[in-house]
Amino acid sequence: MTFPLQDLLTILPELIVIGTACLILALDPILEATKKDVLAWLTLGALAMCIGLTSSQMTGRVSAFSGMVVIDAYAAFWKLLLYIVTGLTVLLSLAYLKAERLSIGEYYGFILLALAGMMVMVSGADLLTIYLGTELMSLSLYVMAGLKRTEARSLEASAKYFVLGAFSSGVLLYGISLLFGLAGSTGLSAIAAAITAHGTGDPLLSLALVLLAVGFGFKMAVVPFHMWTPDVYQGAPTSVTAFMAVASKAASFGAFLRVFVEGLGAASADWSVLFTVVCLATLALGNLVAIVQTNIKRMLAYSSIAHAGYALIGVVVAGGHSGEGASTGFASVLLYIAIYSFMTLGAFALVGMLRKEGQESDQIEDYAGLAKREPLAAFFMLVFLVSLAGIPPTAGFIGKFYIFMAAVNGGMTWLAIVAVIFAAISAFYYLRIVMVMYMREAEGSIATHSRLETSPALSLVLACALAGVVLLGLFPNGLWSLASQAAPLLK
Amino acid sequence: MAVPLSYYLILSGFVFLTGVVGVLIRRNIIVILLSVELMLNATNINFVAFSEYFHNVAGQVFVFFALTVAAAEVAVGLAIIIALHRAHSSIYIDDLNLLKR
Amino acid sequence: MGSEAAPLNYIPILIFIVIAFAFGAVQILLGRIVRPSRPYRAKLAPYESGSPLFSDARVQFPIRYYIIAMLFVIFDIEIVFMFPWAVAFKKLGLVGLVEMVVFIAILIVGFWYAWKKGALEWD
Repeated sequence: MTFPLQDLLTILPELIVIGTACLILALDPILEATKKDVLAWLTLGALAMCIGLTSSQMTGRVSAFSGMVVIDAYAAFWKLLLYIVTGLTVLLSLAYLKAERLSIGEYYGFILLALAGMMVMVSGADLLTIYLGTELMSLSLYVMAGLKRTEARSLEASAKYFVLGAFSSGVLLYGISLLFGLAGSTGLSAIAAAITAHGTGDPLLSLALVLLAVGFGFKMAVVPFHMWTPDVYQGAPTSVTAFMAVASKAASFGAFLRVFVEGLGAASADWSVLFTVVCLATLALGNLVAIVQTNIKRMLAYSSIAHAGYALIGVVVAGGHSGEGASTGFASVLLYIAIYSFMTLGAFALVGMLRKEGQESDQIEDYAGLAKREPLAAFFMLVFLVSLAGIPPTAGFIGKFYIFMAAVNGGMTWLAIVAVIFAAISAFYYLRIVMVMYMREAEGSIATHSRLETSPALSLVLACALAGVVLLGLFPNGLWSLASQAAPLLK
Repeated sequence: MAVPLSYYLILSGFVFLTGVVGVLIRRNIIVILLSVELMLNATNINFVAFSEYFHNVAGQVFVFFALTVAAAEVAVGLAIIIALHRAHSSIYIDDLNLLKR
Repeated sequence: MGSEAAPLNYIPILIFIVIAFAFGAVQILLGRIVRPSRPYRAKLAPYESGSPLFSDARVQFPIRYYIIAMLFVIFDIEIVFMFPWAVAFKKLGLVGLVEMVVFIAILIVGFWYAWKKGALEWD
């Protein structure tokens, strides 16, 4: 057996991430509590190296480890997005952990391990690697959700996340085993070949399809598999919530699309019907329940559910077509998730750092009169919320525009109209917060008012998120061409 | 004459459903963890049965990885349960009700 | 293989299971019918090596046991990868050895972490 040097070079970014994670775990116990920031800088250094390496892998399609892993433009797109999001999360965590007086070095190790899982998810070409990536991500996130070990809410979130996450991965794995029984292999291309050969009428295939949809549905937090989301997003430390809402959702969408296009593409007529129902339910429930929330983290959780619904429109549209139409549909999903990442991360960064008396002020009431106390913070929040609502000239509008255009061009105008109605409803609960910030006077004593705890790291995060939201809103063409180049082809 | 494939599939179906029902109706997190393990083991039965049927060793390799992941899941689960017990002095899922609007 | 007929080869195992269960059941039933029944307090108490009973057997274990169980589970399952490697050692050669060293190195990082964090200390 020869040494698989070429294969190892292909997955060098993953190796760097895992190596750095191990280094952090080894260094953490011998570092003094005041010097834990070093680990964050180590993480950022590793991410910078990975950005450089992955940028050079944007073209072509390289298969490594006998087809277990594939590196192509699609994987590179998601990986670059994940690096950026992870980097911003690390910066946010620097500020957030300090404010919460948590000096936990292994936190950065967990972030990197979760990132490694996500990278394997989006570049896995075999259900084995995709499953292992999913588990590595989920296990790290379960722990991160419960990182505030002294706070019962954080642990409760962690326990709920763990129970439902473990259940969903059991369902996912059972679906994978049925697909293995169908195709005699867990490679995505072998599965696609088997489905083409046997036809799509097999009840075993339908069952496997549903089980995989349930498994990925939990990870993407779409209705009816969303019930963990509000509790977990509310209870987890806010930097972790931001990471979950953005990175884990992006990676889950990446793996989900890869599996359903490259593996189950031949059955797209079946799954696009299934996901139409899921998509409508997600849009309706996410947007309607968000209206009645009084806790801003819960509201953003329901908003993230609703945004998964918008992204699913692109998947549904693409599933009903082949060739050009499908490619546009998938590209709009990629674009949407990328844009969603910036605005959601920015919103959560502000939520985490608006504090009173050492506590996060996560009630919507706490935002009353914020425009007077913290005009800049209120303005940032305004931009992120306007973008989440999809109002021009922000990036959120561009994302929705491309999704709706794909739907109209794909002959699903009714779906686009339904989605526009729900987008109008969503404007209500996003703009309600804007109204609270700008129109309402703060009540009670001055001491209880929440203020933004600023730090250079936080400023950098907010600046990057704001730049993403504004620049992508004004000049979306670069990202769009990147997304169309990366979009998978449905054969 | 060997045991037909369908017997294994029926067995694994039963084990899987037992696990699913266990997760849905039991309230103690440790018992839920056990039920999840049942689900994963049902999957392993499937993989080994199909692997034998196709004479393809890939299924058994998958079982190795599934076992390892299950062990990691148990370790993380136990850690969370310990921490939860310290904070809540209860490991019943119904007692977890701090997170509500 | 794959035949739909009943697997007749396994009938002996079924018969064996039935006989095994029947044997146990008959023993217990027979004992209950034949033996004289004269219970008294000390006789009904659970047997604990002759010493008097001091507490219920179902006590709560210290939570420490769970941490040990956790570590055991993690460091126990690694053997699942070592056995196949050992069996195919000659075929895998140097590559297999290097991969196993890396694998164990990662485990050692975990062990070092657990040790330094005090997970192995009893108090």
